[in-house]
Amino acid sequence: MWIFDRDLWGEIFNTLGKNMLRTFLTMIGVILAMLILILLLGGSNGLSNGFNKIFEGTASNSLFVWSQRTSEPYKGFERGRRIRFKIEDAEIIKKQIPEIEVLAPRIELGSHRDVVTVYRRGRKSGSAVYGDYPEIDNITKKKLVEGRFLNQSDIDDSKKVCVIGEETYKLLFDKGEKAVGEDIRINGVFFRIVGIYKPNNNINIDGENAVFIPFSTFQKAFNSGDRMGWMAIAVDPDTKVAVVESKIKKILKAKYDISPKDERAIGSFDMSEVFNSISAFTTVLKGFSFFVGIFTLLAGVIAISNILLITVKERTKEIGVRRALGATPKVVRRQIVLEAIVLTTFAGLIGFTISVGALALIEIALSGGDVPIDNPMINIPQFTVSFLLMVALSTLIGLIPANRAVKIKPIDALREE
Amino acid sequence: MIEIKNLHKSYKMGSNALHVLKGIDFSVKEGELVAIMGSSGSGKSTLLNIIGMLDTLDEGSYTLDGVPIKDLNETKAANYRNKFLGFVFQSFNLINYKNAMENVALPLYYQKVGRKERQEKAMKYLEQVGLKEWATHLPSELSGGQKQRVAIARAMAAEPKVLLADEPTGALDSTTSYEVMDLIQKINDEGNTILVVTHEEDIAHMCKRIVHLKDGVIVEDKKVKQVRAKNYV
Ligand SMILES: Nc1ncnc2c1ncn2[C@@H]1O[C@H](COP(=O)(O)OP(=O)(O)OP(=O)(O)O)[C@@H](O)[C@H]1O
Ligand SMILES: [Mg+2]
Repeated sequence: MWIFDRDLWGEIFNTLGKNMLRTFLTMIGVILAMLILILLLGGSNGLSNGFNKIFEGTASNSLFVWSQRTSEPYKGFERGRRIRFKIEDAEIIKKQIPEIEVLAPRIELGSHRDVVTVYRRGRKSGSAVYGDYPEIDNITKKKLVEGRFLNQSDIDDSKKVCVIGEETYKLLFDKGEKAVGEDIRINGVFFRIVGIYKPNNNINIDGENAVFIPFSTFQKAFNSGDRMGWMAIAVDPDTKVAVVESKIKKILKAKYDISPKDERAIGSFDMSEVFNSISAFTTVLKGFSFFVGIFTLLAGVIAISNILLITVKERTKEIGVRRALGATPKVVRRQIVLEAIVLTTFAGLIGFTISVGALALIEIALSGGDVPIDNPMINIPQFTVSFLLMVALSTLIGLIPANRAVKIKPIDALREE
Repeated sequence: MIEIKNLHKSYKMGSNALHVLKGIDFSVKEGELVAIMGSSGSGKSTLLNIIGMLDTLDEGSYTLDGVPIKDLNETKAANYRNKFLGFVFQSFNLINYKNAMENVALPLYYQKVGRKERQEKAMKYLEQVGLKEWATHLPSELSGGQKQRVAIARAMAAEPKVLLADEPTGALDSTTSYEVMDLIQKINDEGNTILVVTHEEDIAHMCKRIVHLKDGVIVEDKKVKQVRAKNYV
């Protein structure tokens, strides 16, 4: 196999090493191209990772449904009627739509986004107070700093326990003070703290200053009866959220005598739309980076080919001598093509090393900051594809000077001037 | 060894053609040392290039060691050159970034001889031309005579059937020329067939036969008594 031919490589490195400066200058184009390609790819990977981190802990295939006022008169009801969901709706919906994986009903003290004063030993905090099921944690994950989240036995026994946000903790406690096991008072009812959560530092549906208590406890403590505020729903990953969304609305509209044309009576938010538009954005960004990078690479490889063309012209006599001594056209062509490949590969690896180093520095510089870039690095498939593409390009383009070299007739090359 | 019959060669120069060789009949037996002489432009190099398969003939026939040479593609010509022929040029044509030994080993590389054997053989031929100590020197560190001796070693390394030398002493002073001719004579003494193109009478008389070209035909072809170059060195 010629691949293992030490002399062949010797010939190539000998030739390239002969003119170090020119070899280096030739390589700059490809070094820069590889730098651009890897930085762009790494950057868009980092951005994509950054976005993913923001959404970490939020089920992507999820939606939220809440009730509002009607905007159309229907079946003798006037418009502007306040719709109130009942806890039984959750069961009905879950039964009728098997694609729903998790359904967490929730109720809020006061009207939406209202705050309630929470007391503790003379201190107070205006917090949102929610009655929740533990399932909510599967849809919007809470980062617990201390203790635990609500569980099923809290629901079953309607325990007077709560999980509070870090903001709430800061308002009600001294720094470093132990909170788990302490009591707080809401609307005259005492609740024991079992856990403290930290805002996920990303999408935050619940706000940062909030108190979660078991749904069943909420019903009893605040006399909410069978009312339900809203539902957080996670849908089977293979099902479109919009499909489930419209099914839910249809069921609820029928149940509450809402006009099918009423767009306002039931509010909803499709989380997957946000995810999809962001992942579409990062995909386009990655594709664009690749595109730009590959074309820069092409330009770099063409520059190498160009220099090799000049080199071939300069080496006319040498090539003629080699031909006279028995080098076949194939051997000459192979040598020039391999020179192109070796130059490109070497330059590519230099560019790669520099850019990976740069990406590592970027990671260090940005870590902990607010820029949504996380782990900006290229992955093995991306590296492999870029690398193979680079070698393929250089082979193709190396054929141009190689064929020029083959066209040199020994007789013309050797003619004495 | 070489059989040429009715060889014609012309070069197209725009609309008209330059008829350079006009019916050459020429044969060389094994072990001969032939000088080809003639004024400038008489077609000496052209003839040698055709014999060396660097150029093609228009008309006539050429047989080398019983093999008819015609319709060669580039690859075949390269292989034949590598196997049958050794070249020595007026301007040496050594590869300037390869040292003496690497230059001598190059035709062996194209013969796919193994690395070790190649180096051994190259050293053997360098020794024969008296340049063993210069093996690792680049051509730029050698004198003209030394370069030509390296070139001769390179031509001989592939053990060709015929050695073709186009004015091998053209760029050398007379003492050095005689040294080179002494070397050529020694190689010939071992039974190698050699063709030397030259302008110089004294060089020609160091061969065993002189062929005169004029206006594309052989006007004279005579055996001469060989003058040994050694006597002048
Ligand atoms: N490739 C070519 N194209 C056109 N004309 C050529 C070519 N090669 C040689 N000639 C012409 O053919 C003629 C013979 O050339 P050739 O080189 O054989 O002469 P020569 O006898 O070797 O001369 P010199 O002693 O000067 O080397 C010259 O007139 C030359 O100009
Ligand atoms: Mg000539």
